[in-house]
Amino acid sequence: MKLHEYQAKRVFADAGIPTPASALASSVDEVVDAAEEIGYPVAVKAQVHVGGRGKAGGIKLADDREEAEQAAEDILGMDLKGYTVEEVLVEEAVNFKNELYVGVTMDRGEGEPVAMVSTKGGVNIEEVAEEDPDAIAREHVDPAFGMHGYQARKVVYDAGVPREVASDVASVLSTLFQLWDDRDASDIEVNPLMITEDDEVVAADAVMNIDDDALFRQPDLAEMEDETYEDDLERKAGEYGFDYVRLSGNTGIIGNGAGLVMTTLDLVDYYGGSPANFLDIGGGAKADRVANALDMVFSDENVDAVVFNIFGGITRGDEVAKGINSALEQFDEIPKRVVVRLAGTNAEEGREILNDELVTVEETLEDAVQRAVEYAEVEA
Amino acid sequence: MSILVDEDTRVVVQGITGGEGKFHTQQMMEYGTNVVAGAVPGKGGQEVEGVPVYDTVEQAAREEDADASVVFVPPAFAADAVFEALDAPLDLVVAITEGIPTQDMAKVNKRLSEVDTRLLGPNCPGIITPGESKLGILPGNIFESGNVGLVSRSGTLTYQVVDNLTSRGIGQTTAIGIGGDPIIGTDFIDALELFEADEDTEAVVMCGEIGGEDEEDAAQFIAENMDTPVAGFIAGRTAPPGKRMGHAGAIVSGSGTGTAESKIDALNDAGVPVGDTPNEVADHIEDFL
Repeated sequence: MKLHEYQAKRVFADAGIPTPASALASSVDEVVDAAEEIGYPVAVKAQVHVGGRGKAGGIKLADDREEAEQAAEDILGMDLKGYTVEEVLVEEAVNFKNELYVGVTMDRGEGEPVAMVSTKGGVNIEEVAEEDPDAIAREHVDPAFGMHGYQARKVVYDAGVPREVASDVASVLSTLFQLWDDRDASDIEVNPLMITEDDEVVAADAVMNIDDDALFRQPDLAEMEDETYEDDLERKAGEYGFDYVRLSGNTGIIGNGAGLVMTTLDLVDYYGGSPANFLDIGGGAKADRVANALDMVFSDENVDAVVFNIFGGITRGDEVAKGINSALEQFDEIPKRVVVRLAGTNAEEGREILNDELVTVEETLEDAVQRAVEYAEVEA
Repeated sequence: MSILVDEDTRVVVQGITGGEGKFHTQQMMEYGTNVVAGAVPGKGGQEVEGVPVYDTVEQAAREEDADASVVFVPPAFAADAVFEALDAPLDLVVAITEGIPTQDMAKVNKRLSEVDTRLLGPNCPGIITPGESKLGILPGNIFESGNVGLVSRSGTLTYQVVDNLTSRGIGQTTAIGIGGDPIIGTDFIDALELFEADEDTEAVVMCGEIGGEDEEDAAQFIAENMDTPVAGFIAGRTAPPGKRMGHAGAIVSGSGTGTAESKIDALNDAGVPVGDTPNEVADHIEDFL
C-alpha cells in the first residue's frame, strides 16, 4: 500500500524529519488561501499514486497569487496517467544548493533491509542505480539488531555527503530506518532531501509504501489507504478479493494459483492470442467466487472469449463445475464463450457435471488455451 | 531414495486444531505421512485425528521424537511459530502460511543462518516424496514414485508439470514447493544441491517465475556444479512491469529486473532447456532419461 506524499510527510514530520510548510487543498480557493498563508514561491503538487508527476505536469511552481490560481486550475481535475487529480499539496518552495537521496528498502536477494544514500538526488534513483551504481552508497542492516548509529554515519560518509550536513543527514537516515522498521514499510525514501543555503536539510518529497501483509498491525496507516484504481474492474476485483491485473488483450483468463494463472496468460500469448487479464480465484473456489470471477471477465468489454483453468489440489473439480453451471444458468444468453479445463482432484466428475450447452470442455491446458484463443479471434 | 522427507520423517503439525490444520492432517495421514503430534498453545492434552496435541513444539518434539513440522498458523503468528520450531529444534520446518509480513521473514531468515534447521516456504504447498510422505497440501494422487526431482515457486504450476510427467509414466523422487514470497527459507540452489547429491534423482525440473534473481543465481549454480540434467519453466512472460502477479514475490520491477526473459536467457546460457509450455518441459525430461 502506498501513502500519498502528504501522508508520508505527516508521518516523517511527526518523527522529527524537517519538512517544508505545506497544506492539502482540493479546490482553487483552498490552493490560493494556502499559498497566501505559506508565502510565495510555492509548489503545487498533485497527490496521486503515479511516478514522474513533475514531468507529466503534475507539479507547478507559483510566484504569486495569479500563478497559484493558474496552477490549481491546471492540476486539479487533470488526468495524470489515468488517474484524476482530486487533491494537491501546496508547499513552501525551498531554495537549495544540493539534492540528496536517502532511503531504506528490502533487499530480497539478501533477505535484509538496505539503507541507501546518494548525492545524486532529485532524479529517479532506479535510473541512477542503472547508469551509475557507484553513486549510491549502501549499507545492509541486520533485521534483528536494527541500524546501529555508526552504520548511518558510514553510509552518509561513503556517499560523499558534504561534511557540514553529514550528521543531520545521518540523523534523517536513522529516523527513516526506525520508521521503516516500526511501521512495516517496504520502501521509504526522501528524494530529494534538500540542502539549503544555510546548510539545513529539508525533505522535499516523501515516499512510504507499506507491506500489504502487515497492514493488520498498522491500523492507523491502513486507514490512510486511498485505493485509486486505474479502472472500475480493478476496483471490483478489490471488492471481490481477487488477485487481478488488467491487460489489454481479448482472451479473459480465470485460474487458481499465481504460477498456473501466469502460465495460462503466457500460453494464450504463445498460441497467438492476447491475454485480457490475470485473475487468480485462489484455493477452495466456492460457487460464489466462481460466479464473481465470471462476472469480472464478462464485465471487461475487451474480452471476446474466456478460458477457465483449474488444477484442483484442495479445490475440487466437481464443486468448481457446479459453480460454473449455476453461474452461467443465470444468463439468458451467455455473454462470451467459455472454455473450461479441469484437472486434479475430482476433475473427471467435474467434466461430467459441466453443462456443455453452456461451456466448451477441454481436457488439457494446451487444448483449452488454443480453443479459447480461436473463439476470441472469431469474435474479435 | 529421496531428499529431506521419507517414510521415517516424524511430523508435528503446528496449528493442528484450526480448520486447515485439521483437514490437511487428515489428508497427510491418509497419504501415509507419519504425523506424530500437534502443537497449539493452550490446546495441550487434546487429540486431533487420534494425534496428541501439545502446548509447545518443544514438548511435542521431546515426547513424540518428532523431527519436522508443518506450519498452518495464521500470518500474524506464523513467524513466531517458525521461531519456535527452530528453537525446538527440528530438522525441517515447512511453512504453508501465506501473507506473513516481510519484515517478520527477514528476522526469521537471519535466525536461519545461525541454526541447522531447514525452512521450506513460507507461502508454499510443501514437499512430497511419492509413496512415502507428504508435508503440506499437495494432492498426493497426482504424484508417482520415480527418478525426477522437482522444485518450484508455485503450487498449482507444480501440479500441472507433475501431471505432464506422471501421465507419461515419469515418476518423481521428491517434489518441493519453495514458495512464492520474496523472502523464503530453502531456495532453488539449496534444492538443486540436494537433488544433485541424491543418487536416485536422474533429472530435475525447475519451475521459476518473474521477480527477484533467484533463477539467475540458480542458473549459474547449475552451470558450475551440476551433472544431473535440469529442464526449466518460467511463468510470467506476459506480466507487465510494476504489477504483483498474485504471489508477493512475483513482480517485475519498474527498472526491468526480474523479467522472464532474463531468467530464460540465464538458464539457456547454463545449458538448461526451458519449455514454452509445461508439456514441453516433460518432453525435455523424457529426452534426458
